[in-house]
Amino acid sequence: MSTFEFLLQGLASAAEPMNLLYALIGVTLGTMVGVLPGIGPATTVALLLPVTYQLDATGSLIMFAGIYYGGMYGGSTTSILLNTPGESASIVTALEGNKMARAGRGGPALATAAIGSFVAGLIATLALAFIAPYIVKLALVFGPREYFALMVLAFVTVSSAFGNSTLRGLTSLFIGLALSLVGIDQLTGQNRLSFGVPDLLDGIEVTTMAVAMFAIGETLFIAAQGAQAPDKVEAIKGSVWMTASDWARSWKAWLRGTVIGFPIGAMPAGGAEIGTFLSYATEKKLSKHPEEFGNGAIEGVAGPEAANNASAAGTLVPLLTLGLPTSATAAIMLAGFQQYGLQPGPLLFATNPQLVWGLIASLLIANLMLLVLNLPLVGMWVKLLTIPKPWLYAGILVFATLGTIGANPSVFELGMLLLFGLIAYVMRVFDYPIAPVIVGLILGPLAEQQLRRALSISQGDFTVLFTSPIAAVLLLLAATALILPLVLRMRGRGDVLTQMAASED
Amino acid sequence: MSSDTPKSSSERRPDWAALVIAAVLAIVAGVIFVDVSRLTATTGYSPIGPASVPYWIGFGLIGLAIWTVFAAFRHDFPERERQEISPVLWVVGGLLAQMILIRLAGFSIATGLLFGLAARGFGARKLHISIPVGIAICLAIWWLFAGVLQLSLPAGPLENLLLQ
Repeated sequence: MSTFEFLLQGLASAAEPMNLLYALIGVTLGTMVGVLPGIGPATTVALLLPVTYQLDATGSLIMFAGIYYGGMYGGSTTSILLNTPGESASIVTALEGNKMARAGRGGPALATAAIGSFVAGLIATLALAFIAPYIVKLALVFGPREYFALMVLAFVTVSSAFGNSTLRGLTSLFIGLALSLVGIDQLTGQNRLSFGVPDLLDGIEVTTMAVAMFAIGETLFIAAQGAQAPDKVEAIKGSVWMTASDWARSWKAWLRGTVIGFPIGAMPAGGAEIGTFLSYATEKKLSKHPEEFGNGAIEGVAGPEAANNASAAGTLVPLLTLGLPTSATAAIMLAGFQQYGLQPGPLLFATNPQLVWGLIASLLIANLMLLVLNLPLVGMWVKLLTIPKPWLYAGILVFATLGTIGANPSVFELGMLLLFGLIAYVMRVFDYPIAPVIVGLILGPLAEQQLRRALSISQGDFTVLFTSPIAAVLLLLAATALILPLVLRMRGRGDVLTQMAASED
Repeated sequence: MSSDTPKSSSERRPDWAALVIAAVLAIVAGVIFVDVSRLTATTGYSPIGPASVPYWIGFGLIGLAIWTVFAAFRHDFPERERQEISPVLWVVGGLLAQMILIRLAGFSIATGLLFGLAARGFGARKLHISIPVGIAICLAIWWLFAGVLQLSLPAGPLENLLLQ
């Protein structure tokens, strides 16, 4: 069957009433949690993953797709109205969007963000559908060593290529890798680092870890800042609708943002931030009103928001076709697949096409629902932002622990949640990035497996890793991504990298 | 570890907190080495066994610990903002209370207590209001997630009351 037929079939399955309901619940919950300040899509997805546990695989993944896109929409609402971006990919949106809101143009800012996200999400999801089969074909020639090299590249880009410090990025990655060792070794069945605790035999739960690292750690960090001046929520004054000139200035920015964002998300470069920064810079350069930038230029909201959503769809390319998560959000989604014993990758397209195409189709549907849900209901989401801080964060903690209890109601699991929450808090205080821990935890065992397979095929000969041209190129890229930023920082040119820091998404 | 400061800075005292981090990394590496050393004996037929990758990760951690020591002496770590401890303790206390009570008292009471104590940490001082409010909210959540979405949240006396 052709891609188009698969997609139609997927749409038919996603349009079944029950699946539509799951998608609706997903986008509603996703937006609700994504709107909360300090909670980005990665946290949203981690918090809500356990809610989907009782559904079948298709229903669960459909709800999940809704949560993912909903979390992203919610994040942009927060950054426009509150100037505390809920996710790092929305920092640029906050730059111009919050200025617009202060000038009483919050409505059009929200509208251009929502419609831009829709347009970008639509184009990028279609691009995902049409590109995926080709990458799947390419992936079939990949052996263990190519996969291993690809994972090494992902490790490096996620941990050390961007951000403040190679040392702290790598340390976070190695903490994740060390934690990934816990449990039964997949190839020999021996216990490693489980110290006789039965709860540890299965390894450390990725969702527990992600919730602890993002939600609990962030809450503790905010608590430790003490009583500060409350963030001011900008009321939406005037019309929500965009004027003709708003439309005229927005549509090109949406399309440019999509074209910039999608490839960056699809590459194992980690994070949607880079795309949003590039899009912002492009819009600023091309704009006929450069003087408005910094004071609320609508292109500065439209472009980066589109780029943000397009990269989010882009990260699904390596995730679905290669099983390679290149961001924390994608890593948690991989955990979502794994709870049903599904391993994303070329094989999944062959063995379970209904599921993959149902997921891609439900992304399209979720996208449409969000547009309908967001523009008229934005006032309701804004109300969530006016909840007093104590209630808001107490509620976030209730939700954070709810997921863990729902997945596994054990005292031990709650203890892990607290322990890793405290670790994450300390890491935040010392400016260690969080995402590499999650990526290391989930990719670590996969990388080890591929490496050991490659080396047992070669009977322990390490040169085999470099003799495949694809693997050699990937490892070379990884080495460049490790060394180049080190040199840049030593020469005091690290500011650019700091700005592109992939801190959460 | 006794290396001199590579950069002659006016302040020669090392960053003690960073040294503690370096020590923790080294300890984690040590734990890995000790734990997997018992594995090596049991495999011998394959060039790399279950202990190989843990060893490399352990060596990586040691390397990062040494690098962190250098960073501590060079004051490479960013300035840390002043942290207020008491709100953190309230939140941690709430999480501990929930952990201890979840089996005994059920989801709503344990999590309601977490709600109240965490709200206290964020400045809502009236525990006699926030704890009951928390318990009521959690009971509603329990009804929604355990009843409708079939999540297995532990039931206690309050939940059993609701079931009857």
